[in-house]
Formats: sequence, structure tokens, C-alpha cells
Amino acid sequence: MSHFLGFAISGIPYGCPYALFAVGLILTYQATGVFNFAFGAQAYIAAFIYMWLTTVHGFPVWAAFVLIVLVFSPGLGLILDRFVFRNIPNTNNLAKVVTGITLFVGMPALLPIFFGSQNLQNAPSILFNINNVYFHIFSTPINGAELATMVVTVVVLVAVVVLMRFTPLGLQMRGAVESRRLVELDGVNAGRVVAVAWAVSSFLAGLAGVLLAPLQYQLQPTQYATLMVGAFAAAAWAALRSMPIAAGVAILIAVVSALMQGYLPTGSWIYTYVIPSLPYIALALALLVVPGLRSIGESTDPLAAVDPPPPPPMRAIRLPILDRIIRTLWYVLLAAFVISMLTWMPRTWEDVFNTGLCLSTVFLSITLITGMGGQLSLAQGTLAGIGAFTAAQLANHLAFNMLAGGLIGALFATVVAVVLAVLSLRLRGLGLALMTLAAALFFDSSIFNQTSITNGTTGLALQKSWVAPFGFFNPNEHDVFIMSMVVLVITVLVVNLLRKGTVGQFLSAMRGSETAAAGIGINLTWQRILVFALSGAIAGVGGVVYSIQQQAANSADWNYLYSLAFVVIVVTTGVSTVEGAIQGAMGYIVTQHILNAYLPTRFNSLVIVGFAFGALTYARHPEGVLEYQKARSTMRWQQRVFKDRIAAMPADQQAMFLPAGSVPAPSVRAAESG
Amino acid sequence: MAEHAGTQGPGPTLVEDRAILSVRGVSKSFGGVLAVSDVTFSVAPGESVGLVGPNGAGKTTLFNCVCGQLRPDGGTVVFDGRDLGRMPTFKRARLGIGRTYQRIEVFSELTVREHLLVAERSHLGDGRFWKDLLNLSAPKPEERARVEEVLELVNLTDKADTPVAALGLGMCRLVELARALVGEPKLLMADEPSSGLDTHESRELGEVLRALQRERGMAVLLVEHDLGMVGQCVDRTVVMDLGEVIADAPFEQVMADPRVRHAYLGTKV
Repeated sequence: MSHFLGFAISGIPYGCPYALFAVGLILTYQATGVFNFAFGAQAYIAAFIYMWLTTVHGFPVWAAFVLIVLVFSPGLGLILDRFVFRNIPNTNNLAKVVTGITLFVGMPALLPIFFGSQNLQNAPSILFNINNVYFHIFSTPINGAELATMVVTVVVLVAVVVLMRFTPLGLQMRGAVESRRLVELDGVNAGRVVAVAWAVSSFLAGLAGVLLAPLQYQLQPTQYATLMVGAFAAAAWAALRSMPIAAGVAILIAVVSALMQGYLPTGSWIYTYVIPSLPYIALALALLVVPGLRSIGESTDPLAAVDPPPPPPMRAIRLPILDRIIRTLWYVLLAAFVISMLTWMPRTWEDVFNTGLCLSTVFLSITLITGMGGQLSLAQGTLAGIGAFTAAQLANHLAFNMLAGGLIGALFATVVAVVLAVLSLRLRGLGLALMTLAAALFFDSSIFNQTSITNGTTGLALQKSWVAPFGFFNPNEHDVFIMSMVVLVITVLVVNLLRKGTVGQFLSAMRGSETAAAGIGINLTWQRILVFALSGAIAGVGGVVYSIQQQAANSADWNYLYSLAFVVIVVTTGVSTVEGAIQGAMGYIVTQHILNAYLPTRFNSLVIVGFAFGALTYARHPEGVLEYQKARSTMRWQQRVFKDRIAAMPADQQAMFLPAGSVPAPSVRAAESG
Repeated sequence: MAEHAGTQGPGPTLVEDRAILSVRGVSKSFGGVLAVSDVTFSVAPGESVGLVGPNGAGKTTLFNCVCGQLRPDGGTVVFDGRDLGRMPTFKRARLGIGRTYQRIEVFSELTVREHLLVAERSHLGDGRFWKDLLNLSAPKPEERARVEEVLELVNLTDKADTPVAALGLGMCRLVELARALVGEPKLLMADEPSSGLDTHESRELGEVLRALQRERGMAVLLVEHDLGMVGQCVDRTVVMDLGEVIADAPFEQVMADPRVRHAYLGTKV
């Protein structure tokens, strides 16, 4: 019994930051309606600067604590509220999720730019001496950091629950999430209430980050990210409502994990596959069985109709002559690119462009599932990895040709995608995003880290014979380019044919209104499964060609952070168009190469920061800020250059070819003339 | 106990035997609120029935139970001789139930014509994605012809290529109606189609509905607050209040019914 309690108690200090994270998530969600994906990033940033001040610059712990936890973190929350989330209409749930993911990916990438590459270790505890063991509980020693974590967590949890349940401010916060407009009609300053909620939840993020730092030897962003997803699970089991339940589940997950590690033999499959994924399995189960989660993220604002409808995507309607000119220019550019790649392009740049082409195929799977299907999947990188490792293993063990094995890999990725789709049938928006994220993390922590599958961090090096048993494929010549190009062209054709075909029309209808789509006879379930399957297949193929190009299948290329970053990139360049995916992949790879080659290491993450800034405009430009700018420039140019042609058109056609706002709407014209 | 249409003509059993839609004892509650309570009525083929009642009477909830968007707690819904039971919404639509919505439900990225083409295609079943991949899924001439016919019917021909995002509320209601009609439903369920329309537009819409019912032999179940339009369009009116049917008779008769007057005006019976 004392063994059991000893193991269990050793998990509690690690469950406390989970609990703070979970409570912070619920607080933000209850007060603002935002499920804050960026919470882990906020905690990491606070921990980073706290450690930088204390361990690098010798700041006193109390001063660093005051500066970071009491000043910086709440300030960051206020900034996020004022400049990011307040600009998103309460009903635009997809935009809120995308924005949260964007901040999660983009904010930590800012740190090396400002602070340089840091190897931060041995964070000091905020309350007690980390090197002292203060007492033992059932033979489990409790040191200063663990004691501080537990004490602070209990105090903060009690304070937050009291705030939410027993104070007027808490009542106003709970009312504001239902409808800011309604509480404003009751004379409450809803903006201030929401701002306070952001400040308090951001304070909790900072506190959790600073508490967690001493429990780990070295500060790693991935620890905060995975911890955050564990907190998602706790918050999910509490249906995003009850803070005490969330805190209890968070600690329970850590305790169960500690018990399993204590009792199970290290070689057992549960130890290997289940323990690392325990939080993600808990999250997936919560999404499946907690009824309230099926509609999480859906607005319940009775005054939602006050919000203007989402802006229609900006689309350039080109005059036929301009259309011909632009198409011709694209063909010329494509021909020049192909000729250059096959003739004079330096080897380094050929590799860069080949990488971009392969990644374009993976990105097209996001175009299909998110742009066309309206489903936010955060596991596209994982599906690509499944394709890559399946093909590599078939080549390694069964001497399959990598390209032929790639088809089986794509098929396997399709099967996984279909399973994911079936599990997620009742989920929408945020729920679906969380389920796919849980799947991605499950594969990362339980499958992709198995040496027998992925050969660990070194990856499976590709052997030439795997791709070219008959000597027709030489990765050192232009064969990789030809393969990448052929695969990309086929994928583009497939996506475009689907888009203009019945499937594309049905998916478009579903994006507009699932209720009405079902009401005219569209089988939503089948369409969802189909779009998941097709996107899984395309991601799988993309993963295979990418691995062939890299001459290795490496799990580091397909971890969940990449899945998130891919979404951020495609959302910036245009999630609903084929060009958007290709521009995103090529832009990302080329910019990354330039930064790596010509700027100091600290600026390597600038590319992610740039894309993240672009993705923050998603609520205003769901078509992608790049697509928006392109369309706007085209329309303006068209207006200037083809002024006479447009003027010669019938009046009701002119507006189609001019930038929005340059001619009055028909109703205004009629009113003026009448 | 609700008065049944059968009291005005053929007996209830006879009406239900040949009914295109038969709702028997349907109930639906949300938590402690009984939104629809033991509702029974039927619609004969080609008949136009109004479903009226004050706000919160349970009309839209009943609509959702018939269309499959809500699952009733009890009772049966029989359409064209088939018990709809747990049948999903899309299958009910394919059987021939067309519907418009109280709150506008349009596909914001599509043009008016695309709305109708999608509805035409979906009515026939799922798209075959391999046909898309082989570029064989372009609309056939007969599909296009049917779409043009419906566009003309609801006077939307000149707006056919306009994205619905650029249309006003009244036009969107017509798009919804056209979308429901293109599948040639046996029963059209229109949920407050005149909401947001002016008097003239409402009257025109009423005439379109009446013409459709008479010329195509299509049954219509109309939820409407504009009682003038109801009187213009329907053969019979079912009145609901607080989840129950309180009257079921020709329009003039139910309007004279004291219980209906009480439900609407709160006057003592």
C-alpha cells in the first residue's frame, strides 16, 4: 500500500501544472468563448524569460517572478485580447481556432529572434529551495520545487473558483461568454470583463510555466506543448465547465501515469505505447464520450444574428483578355522553371525547389480537407509520415520498390484517415481539431518514436536500390525533380477535378450549411469520410515523395508541430486554392533556405513568424491574405489598364470586373437615380 | 383533443390511409420543456396544409422531427407509406421531402444556379467521385433544363449567376424555395417563407406556392405567421399552441375557433 501511495504521490506535483493549465483554459473559454490553443505557448514564453532573467542575468527570483508572472503575462493576455481575439466575431469559431493555433506556433518562434539561441537549465523554484527535501509522504521525498508547485496550485485554484462562483466579476464573465451583447444591455462593460479574463488566464499560464520550469532540467518548448494537450484532456473531461473537475482529472492523469510507470514492466506494450500517450488517449476518449463536447466552440449567443455575415472570399473576376494574358504568363513561367531545373539550376537550389514541390503535395491535402471540406485537420503531417514510414519499411523488410510501396503507404494513410473520420463523425470545428491533434500526438509519442518503425531520431536512410531496382532512378540526377513534378501535377489535377465536380459542389454546400445540405439529400457522413480518405491518400503520397527527395524517412519531419505549422502556412497563402498550397510550400522552403544561408541562426524561425502574422488575418481574409492581396491587385490593375473595355460593357456587368467599392451597389444606384 | 380535418370531409382513417405524410403521437422535449406533445395530423397528396401557432408553439420543432433533424421522443412519422423511424435527413430528402428554413440556410459560396444544380444532383444520390476524376460529372442537358425551368418558375433567371452572398433576404428565401423544388418533392415543407418579405412579395410567393400545389400536385405544409398568406395558400390549417394541436380544420373555421383566438390573443374562451 505504501508503494502504491508513494508512486501515486510522486505524480501529484507533475499533475499540478496540468491542473493550472486546465483551469486557465476553462477560465478563458468560459469568459471569452475562445479555446486558447496558445496557452502552452504563453506558459513557455513566461518560463523562458523567467529563466533567462534568473539564470543568465542573475535577477533575484522574486523580481523575475513579479516582472514575468504579475506584469508580463497579464499584459500579454491583454494584448492578445485587444489586438487579436477582439477582432474576431464571436460566431466565427473556425477563425478562433485557427488564430489560437497560429499563436501557438508563432509566439515561441519569436523568442530566438529577440533572445538568441539559449540553452536554459536549472530554473530556480519560486518559493522553496529546490535542493532541499522538506518531507516524505509514504517514502516519497518532496523537494522545494514540488512543494511550491503543490502549494501554489491549491491556493490559485481556490482563488479562481471563488472568483468565478462567488463574485460579481465571475458572474459577469460567465454571462459574457453566452453573449457579450446581452450583458452589455444589462449595463456591464463586457469588453473590460473579457479583458480581465484574458489577463487572469494569461497570469495562470505564466504561473504554470514558471512553476513547471524547475521540475525539468532543461527548458524545452515541446514539453509545454505536450503538457498543454494533456491539459486539454482534463478540460475536456470537465466539458469545459467545471474547474474543480478539470483540476482533479489533470492530477488524476499524472497520478495514473506515475502508477503505471511504477508498476508495469518497462518492456511491456502498455509501457511502450500507452503511457506516453495517456493524455492524448484521455483527450480522444473525452471527445467521444462527453456529450457536451460535440458542440464545443459553437456559439450560443442569442444575439449572434447581429454579427455581420463572414466576408465573402475575395475573388478576382478577370476580363477574358486578362485571363488569357495571365494564363500564358503562368505557362511561360512554368516552362522556364522546368527548363531551368533540367539545365542550369545549381544543385543546392534544385534540392530546395524539389523539397518545395514534394511539400506542395502534402499541403494540397490541407487544401482538400480544410479548404474544400471545411474540416480542420491537425494531423496531415502525421498522415504524410504514415505513408513515408510504411513505404520505407516495406522497402527495408520486403524489398518493395519505394514508389510501389508508396501506393501501399498512401493506402495505409487513407485507412488511418478514415478511422479518424469515423471517430470524429459527431465532432465539428474545435472538437475535430482536438481529435486530430490527439491522433497526431498519439502517433508521435507511441508509434513514430519506436526505433523498430522509424529508426529513432536518425530516421530510415533511403537506399538507392529501394527506389531504383532496375537502375532507372538516380536521386543525384534530375529524376527526383521529374518524380516530384509528375506527382504534383497529378495531385493538382485530382484536386481540381474534385473541386469542379460533384464532390466539390457537395463539399461547398456543406461548408455553407450542413443543415440545408442534408435537407437536399447530401449524405454528410459519406462526404466527410470521403474527403478525409482522399486527403489522407494525398498526404501519404506527399510523405513518400518527400522522403524519397530527402533520401530518408525521418520522424522529425512529421511531428505534430509540423502539422500545425503546415496549417498556418496554407491558411496564409490560401487554403481554398491549389495555387495557395503550392505558393505556401515553395515560399516556406525557399524563405527557410535563404534565412538559413544568409542570416544568423537566431533568425531561422523568422519564416514561421512571418506566416503566423499572415494567418492572424484569417478572420478577415478566410481566402488567405496572399490570395486576397493578389485578387485585389489584379482587380485594381484591371481597372487601370482596361478602363475603356470595362466602360463599354453594360452597366450591370461593369461592377463584376472592378474592385469592390469602386462602383455603388445596384440598390444605391437605383435609390440615387430614383 | 384536436379537431381533425376528417370532420369536414372523409373520416380521419380514410385521410390517413391515403396521406402522403402522417404524423402520429409525436412528442419532443428539451430537458424539462415539452416542445411538441403527442401531435397527430396528416397531409394528403396534393393537399396544402397550414401549420400555424404563436411563437414557441413547437412548429419548427415538429418540422425538424419530420425532416429528421431532430429525433422525436415518441410517436411515428410515415411518409408516402414508409415509417421514417430513424431514417437520416438526407434519405428523407431523397424520398421526396423538400424543405425551406425559418432562418436562411443557403450555401454562401455558390451562385443561384449552382444551388439548384447541387440540389438536382444530390436528390439523385451521392456523387461518384471517380466520375469527377474522369471529368464525367458535368451537368447533363436535362439537368440544366430542369434547373432553368425552376429558375423561371420563381423568377430568378436574371439572378442565376449571382452569388447568393450578394442577394437580399427575400431573394435568398426564393433561392431556398427553388432549391427545394428542383428535386420535384412530393411534399414541400416551407418554414416561414414570407419572413423578411414585404406584403407584395409575400402575396407573390403565396401565389407561386398555390400554383405549384395545383399544377404539380405537390403537397405543401406551410408554417407561417402571415395569416393572410396562409388563408391564400392552404386547404386546411392545423393550429398548435404550447406543443399541442388545438385545431385542425379549414382556415376560416380555425380562425373562428375560440381556442385559437385565445392562443393568439389571450382572450378568455
